[in-house]
Amino acid sequence: MQRDALGLAMGTLSGLARSGLTDRLGLRKTIESLTYHGTRTGFQTLGALNRPFRQVSKIKQAIRLSAPSSSVDRFDLTLTEEQQMIQDSVRRLAEKQLRPAAAEANETRELPESLKADFQELGLNIYAVPESLGGVASENTLITQMVVAEALGWGDMGLAVALLSPLSVANTLTRWGTGEQQATYLPPFLDEHAPAAALAICESRPLFDPMQLKTTATPSEVGYRLNGEKTLVPLCDQSELFLVAAELHGKPRLFIVEAGHPGISVRLDGSMGLKAARLGTLRLTDVQLPERALLGDGDFDYAEMIQLSRLAWCALAVGNARAVLDYVIPYCNTRIAFGEPISHRQAVAFMIANLKIELDAMQIMTQRAVALAEQGKPFIREASLAHILCAEKSMEIGTNGVQLLGGHGFTKEHPVERWYRDLRSVAFITGGLHL
Amino acid sequence: MYLELPNKLKSLHNLSRSLSHEMLRPISRQYDLAEHAYPKELDLVAAMLDGMNDGEKDNAVGARHSAQSRSKDAGIRNGANMAAVVGIQGMCWGDVGLLLSLPRQGLGNAAIGAVANEEQMKRFGHKWAAMAITEPGTGSDSANVSTTAKQDGDYYVLNGEKIFVTAGERADVVVVWATLDKSIGRAAIKSFAVEKGTPGMEVTRLEHKLGIKASDTAVITFTDCRVHKDNLLGNPEIDVKQGFGGVMQTFDNTRPLVAAMAVGLAQAALERTRELFVEAQIKPDYTQSIYSQSAAAAELLKMEADWEASRLLTLRAAWMADNGQPNSVEASVAKAKAGRTCNAITLRCVELCGSQGYGEDELLEKWARDSKILDIFEGTQQIQQLIIARRLLNLSSAELK
Repeated sequence: MQRDALGLAMGTLSGLARSGLTDRLGLRKTIESLTYHGTRTGFQTLGALNRPFRQVSKIKQAIRLSAPSSSVDRFDLTLTEEQQMIQDSVRRLAEKQLRPAAAEANETRELPESLKADFQELGLNIYAVPESLGGVASENTLITQMVVAEALGWGDMGLAVALLSPLSVANTLTRWGTGEQQATYLPPFLDEHAPAAALAICESRPLFDPMQLKTTATPSEVGYRLNGEKTLVPLCDQSELFLVAAELHGKPRLFIVEAGHPGISVRLDGSMGLKAARLGTLRLTDVQLPERALLGDGDFDYAEMIQLSRLAWCALAVGNARAVLDYVIPYCNTRIAFGEPISHRQAVAFMIANLKIELDAMQIMTQRAVALAEQGKPFIREASLAHILCAEKSMEIGTNGVQLLGGHGFTKEHPVERWYRDLRSVAFITGGLHL
Repeated sequence: MYLELPNKLKSLHNLSRSLSHEMLRPISRQYDLAEHAYPKELDLVAAMLDGMNDGEKDNAVGARHSAQSRSKDAGIRNGANMAAVVGIQGMCWGDVGLLLSLPRQGLGNAAIGAVANEEQMKRFGHKWAAMAITEPGTGSDSANVSTTAKQDGDYYVLNGEKIFVTAGERADVVVVWATLDKSIGRAAIKSFAVEKGTPGMEVTRLEHKLGIKASDTAVITFTDCRVHKDNLLGNPEIDVKQGFGGVMQTFDNTRPLVAAMAVGLAQAALERTRELFVEAQIKPDYTQSIYSQSAAAAELLKMEADWEASRLLTLRAAWMADNGQPNSVEASVAKAKAGRTCNAITLRCVELCGSQGYGEDELLEKWARDSKILDIFEGTQQIQQLIIARRLLNLSSAELK
């Protein structure tokens, strides 16, 4: 690894930190403060890409997926056989690989290569890429995407975000991209080594509302000039491609930004949870983009894009909330206090009943909004309500999950403390994911 | 997967709402004030509903056809249980008390629908049936029935007192829960259809209540009341293995119906509050973060989210029944969520609308009184939670008391 100025400084500092001399000289406070601010400004540029994105096919017309042809006029909660199959295999992966890897990934912030490979092997990327560009998608597959997010969320939210972030960029390009953008950026997602990519929307300030952005795009001679900072960007230091939300002529839009572009720098940030997702800040300083970097044509709908991102988070939250329920049931049935399992007490049992009630509420609200979107019908209201409900209930479930385990829940002996930290994100993160 | 109502249920919902708008709302306040007066206007409504129900079985507005529609064909059905839920929602958008007073649409009819044999269906199916379960010493603990039924030749002799019998005085038939032998416990509890005028059955009092005042709530005593054995609903044998299931299965069918009442009532309060907010220039926006909006608008959005969840969970429980899937837990989930949501919403709407909400010029204060019962009858919030918790934790009623 290349050792830059900051790396060298860190080396020196950590040496000092270990040295007893530091304390004797009363230098520790000064050094810690230096370190803090040093890291804060520690942005790095992402070197030139080894993967130049080039338009590989000649498609000019943008491809849009249609509503499934099999739709009928009735209320139906069942999945198709294909959706069921995908659900089964992703659930298996979540149980056999995500869950066992979660605790370590929370420390290392690394997505294990084997997990990445096995996920790739499921071939979900081909569902995000249209048929004519080499994938298999001809109809909307939002329900499938929801099912996948839910199943992965059960395993671990941080790893799920790391796995789904590139897929989310592919989904966004398929839904909104122009023909040229699709032909340039979608085929690489079918590669054996698909690019890491991320949807960057959030900005660092209280009460951030994705409809009101401070990152700006100014028309320039060649196209647009972008300035601003995006936060909570998954895989921030590994991504080759970003979709960046910026305000253009008073309206929020998305821009396709390749990671190696001059003016781009990133910083891996610490955060309460979702450690394996490698959340970080993306800084754009006078980034000059060509006109073709503006995502979409006339049919681009930023408000819908935001809701599809929120629905992905809802699905993830449903999966993780179910993990909480599945975990507290055997625990409360075997944890003995006052001579009997604590589950025999209504105070405990009713918390579990409420967990189930609100989990079902979260799930059915998410399903309803996603099913409407899949059918190509208006879904803004339904998605918004689903997110309002999931925002509140997912954290309630997260905190009660720890509460039910008491002091044990507070330790890293059990995963509920991690789920508590992860679930905190659902209410306010936009971007990162997109169905 | 698709969670919208099919067109036929949408039109049923519209129909029941227009009916509510034209025939229930106009008399809603009148019968709230005149407790115990029989809303004679309902005879006309009931006649219309009978016509609709007999015309198309799957499009029933009331509770009567909610049961026994389990299909054998392979396709997914949106059948009678869903229709009942949708119809009741529309009617309770009008008035819950009046719906409960509708002849021949009560929960007693749902009970008959769930367990009656063909012969009994013929005799009682078109009669107005009330349900008598609760006793002075037995509320949620419905297995602890102490009204007795002693066999005497072709007859059973009933003795005991029942309270909280909805439409107990007005109904043609009262479905009574009584025990054949209290020492055996749940398995000995049977339900009997007792026709009005049967000697020994007497309405001794009508309750004065917080809400749903249009619906009469009777105390009925049974003193050596002789009922023919053909009036015993379901299996007359005491089957300890099947236990309580026989009678309790009624509730799997009726809990979603009460949930639907809560959904309809909450919808009324939400819609009215939204209308009043427009005058106050408060309009919630689905595209903006709730924190970019006024606290009042955010509150309205949160209530709407809980309301939608209640509605969908209720439909899910009914859909499962329509498709022959066991739905005991889901029925309780729907009832618990809808019951508490409706109560919370109606109370919050009064608060948000202030003097308009609290005064009798609007119906908001009435709805906030009516809503309380929906989190109580057909199993209180706490009973639903017990049902759900016991099932999830796989605990018996002896373990999780």
